[in-house]
Amino acid sequence: MSVFFLRRILTLVATLFAASLIIFLVLDALPGNAAQMLMGADASPDAVRALTVKLGLDQPLTVRYLLWIKGMAVGDLGNSYVYGTPVAGLIAERLVLTIPLAIMSMLITVVLALAAGIYTAANHNKLGDVGVMSLTQVGIALPNFWFAILLILLFSVKLQLLSAGGFAGWDDGIWPGIRSLLLPSISLAVVQAAILARVTRSAVLEVLREDFVRTARAKGLGKREVLWRHVLRNAMIPVMTVMGLQFANLLAGTIVIENVFYLPGLGRLIFQSIANRDLIVVRNCVMLLAAMVVTVNFVVDILYAFIDPRIKVSNL
Amino acid sequence: MSGAPLIEVKDLGVRLNTSRGPAQAVRGVNFALRRGETLGLVGESGCGKSVTALALMGLLPESAVISGSIRFDGAELVGLPDAAYCKLRGNRISMIFQEPMTALNPMHTIGHQVAEPLLRHAGISAAEARQEAIALLDRVGLPDAAKRVDAYPHQFSGGQRQRITIAMALACQPDVLIADEPTTALDVTIQGQILDLIAGLVEERGMSMILISHDLGVIAENVNRMMVMYGGTVVESGATDAVFTRMGHPYTQGLFRARPRLGARKGTRLKTIAGTVPELADLPAGCTFADRCAIVEARCRAALPAVVDVGAAHGVRCIRTDVSMAAGGSIA
Amino acid sequence: MSAPLTASAATSAIAPGARPVTGFWRRALRHRSFVLGAVLSLIVLGAALLSLVWTPWSATDIDIASKLRPPSAAHWLGTDVLGRDIVSLLLVGARSTILVGVIAVGIGLSFGVCLGLVAAARKGWTEELIMRMSDFTFAFPAVLSAIMLAAVAGPGMVTSITAIGIFQIPTFVRVTRGSANAIWAREFVLAARAAGKGSFRITIEHVLPNILSILIVQATIQFALAILAEAALSYLGLGTQPPQPSWGRMLNDAQTLLFQSPMLAVYPGAAIAIAVLGLNLLGDGLRDLLDPRLARER
Ligand SMILES: Nc1ncnc2c1ncn2[C@@H]1O[C@H](COP(=O)(O)OP(=O)(O)OP(=O)(O)O)[C@@H](O)[C@H]1O
Ligand code: SF4
Ligand SMILES: [Mg+2]
Repeated sequence: MSVFFLRRILTLVATLFAASLIIFLVLDALPGNAAQMLMGADASPDAVRALTVKLGLDQPLTVRYLLWIKGMAVGDLGNSYVYGTPVAGLIAERLVLTIPLAIMSMLITVVLALAAGIYTAANHNKLGDVGVMSLTQVGIALPNFWFAILLILLFSVKLQLLSAGGFAGWDDGIWPGIRSLLLPSISLAVVQAAILARVTRSAVLEVLREDFVRTARAKGLGKREVLWRHVLRNAMIPVMTVMGLQFANLLAGTIVIENVFYLPGLGRLIFQSIANRDLIVVRNCVMLLAAMVVTVNFVVDILYAFIDPRIKVSNL
Repeated sequence: MSGAPLIEVKDLGVRLNTSRGPAQAVRGVNFALRRGETLGLVGESGCGKSVTALALMGLLPESAVISGSIRFDGAELVGLPDAAYCKLRGNRISMIFQEPMTALNPMHTIGHQVAEPLLRHAGISAAEARQEAIALLDRVGLPDAAKRVDAYPHQFSGGQRQRITIAMALACQPDVLIADEPTTALDVTIQGQILDLIAGLVEERGMSMILISHDLGVIAENVNRMMVMYGGTVVESGATDAVFTRMGHPYTQGLFRARPRLGARKGTRLKTIAGTVPELADLPAGCTFADRCAIVEARCRAALPAVVDVGAAHGVRCIRTDVSMAAGGSIA
Repeated sequence: MSAPLTASAATSAIAPGARPVTGFWRRALRHRSFVLGAVLSLIVLGAALLSLVWTPWSATDIDIASKLRPPSAAHWLGTDVLGRDIVSLLLVGARSTILVGVIAVGIGLSFGVCLGLVAAARKGWTEELIMRMSDFTFAFPAVLSAIMLAAVAGPGMVTSITAIGIFQIPTFVRVTRGSANAIWAREFVLAARAAGKGSFRITIEHVLPNILSILIVQATIQFALAILAEAALSYLGLGTQPPQPSWGRMLNDAQTLLFQSPMLAVYPGAAIAIAVLGLNLLGDGLRDLLDPRLARER
């Protein structure tokens, strides 16, 4: 067990390290002097030099990289080139929106996908199966931001039930905030759920063909009991793998969807920072997103071991 | 009580949907099984042994069309709703499958899986079921049963897993045990042990058993009566020693000649009969064995031959038993 | 998101040449999702090709006087806020979409297939390294790479093509390696090795031809993903730049006018959905047709 964990943790650390290296190279080393970029081509060389020193950009690349890594370890991500305020604070402000949004859409995704996937597998080749599967085929083809716009057209423009964008915040209790994240998370979730539903269906169908399903039936269990007690847990392994991979798409999706609904989340912060050439903010945001993706997939790997008793031994 | 048959099968037919269209996998199967009696089912791979067994268990795919009648303890099973069937399965009729490596759910402990039929049928508490599961595992010869009851299937060998599935099948003291090639997937050395275990348990509990095998040796040693299947039909049936001493069907004779040498129990494919088992979808119109039979005549292909009695309760589905039995299958 | 498709495509290794072509077309015309997918894909391709020689109006000329016109005989779907003809914009948009998709999938395909073939041929630590690297690239969805590139090099078609291309590589690596490994285990490859052929020749002569059908199926599906990614990037302003029309950009423009002209937001999205749906159906159909073993399971 401990060897299994150790190996996974080592992989996690190595992956995070590699990600940080690439992000640093692309967003710090490659662009050249950030101070020059900030001040524009016709700034006086003296002013540029002064800003270079002020931002700590006069230090060698390796030192800057190590300082960044050290800073991440203690939660100090440096100051925004543009606002001069700590980057960590800027990001934290935005995460109170992006994290709930990601969690809500993941929850909706999982509920929709499992319901549709299990329903269709249990009714294999019947009308309901064919109907729901055709729907998912269409769902996969929808760009999530277009689906978001359609939802706005329906719920805000036509029915006038929900606002077309903006974030109510968490100050007036939890409901206004959730309400303003409802359409965004649905538009993110539906498309992902269409994919995950198909994965769930084929995973369940695959397990239904296994010998132990017949054994369970031979014990006198009904079809439903076999499905819930024996099939689902086995089918969860491929479903979870895809869920882990989808998380990356989901985070990427939040960047797009935040722009559709004018939500002040991490995605908007990244865009503003690109516009402002505030590369230190971009770099840290991208690192954070990559770290979240890698960590979620790490957690999925660990969850396998809890779900599947075979993994603990085979990896020892 | 011992007079009335426990299972009575009349003119059983099974139509399956195969990738090449519907096909009659089993037809015209008749037999009766009394309490405490053991019946062997022998034949080459694909001849319909498992399909017959699954028909008894009510576990054929939904698309299968079953005709004829299966009576269990007087009640008709063909067309029985699944809910009612569930009350019988694992309770009064149990089955052991061929592949112990895949017959157990890898995600559940063996204790849980053995206790499951008890919880389903016996109406006892989880703690009692667990104790009973340990006792059962102990009885089937799983070493350290009390300690290993919480282990998972992958932690056991093939032979041990087959012992576990046997414990599972016997949990509710069924009246009938169907063992579908219980040792085919096991090492030769372990096959004997498992068969002895099954025979001992059947004897001890007074169960009836249907033992399926493609190994004549296994059948000879373990059952009172036997049926030889070919192409979905029973071509010969009778008391085991009667069939072995006076085999009437050319196919049975071929099987016997093709039998691996004594001691080598491992069921290998029988290659010495010329030709191969016909595809279900294109079974010949008459005798199913016609294409491989050495003494085939034109009239064999006209219609499925009727069963001819060649001895007391010894039937052969062949129109030329006079020739085949004179040629003397028994000499071999 | 292509992982499940990948897995199923990779487990099968079949020789496409073994099947007569006429049989393929006869079965293809009877395959519903293949036909529907082919028709939808051809519509989009046809629109792109048509736009090269003809559009009802110029797709770039601004005519504020006739802005936001409703559908009419002159402008079948009306005009946008700058007075441009929607039909013309959609036609030229198809061209951008296909251009970005083809180049991006081309990048993903060429790098991914090479790496996958090397991984399968070399085994050992080379394979391990390539697979670890492609696992790692999964952590960077196209939008994320595009953001990084846009921050450095500025937004534009090159940025979006590069980002989408990079994002395509790991999937192709996985599919190629998985199916190539299956081919390497086959007897005819063992025979070729016994005959003294080197791994490069075996790869070219035996492995690649045998995994071609799997790669075609995967490329179709990846093309659909590329179109979705391109649309998202153009919508965000990171991809195709005005005045070059693109469907994603049209959606962005339309969003500010949702209350005035809601239909402007419907057409380009429907165009994207049709293109993606068509390619996905085509890919599913091709998989069924090229690999009967998988087809039976549906
Ligand atoms: N679910 C099914 N769908 C379609 N055809 C089936 C199905 N199950 C079995 N068959 C076909 O029915 C025939 C009889 O199969 P069955 O499994 O009964 O053979 P068997 O005698 O048990 O052989 P074996 O010794 O290999 O177990 C075979 O031709 C098989 O292909
Ligand atoms: S009926 Fe004819 S073909 Fe069939 S076994 Fe008898 S002799 Fe052979
Ligand atoms: Mg069988």
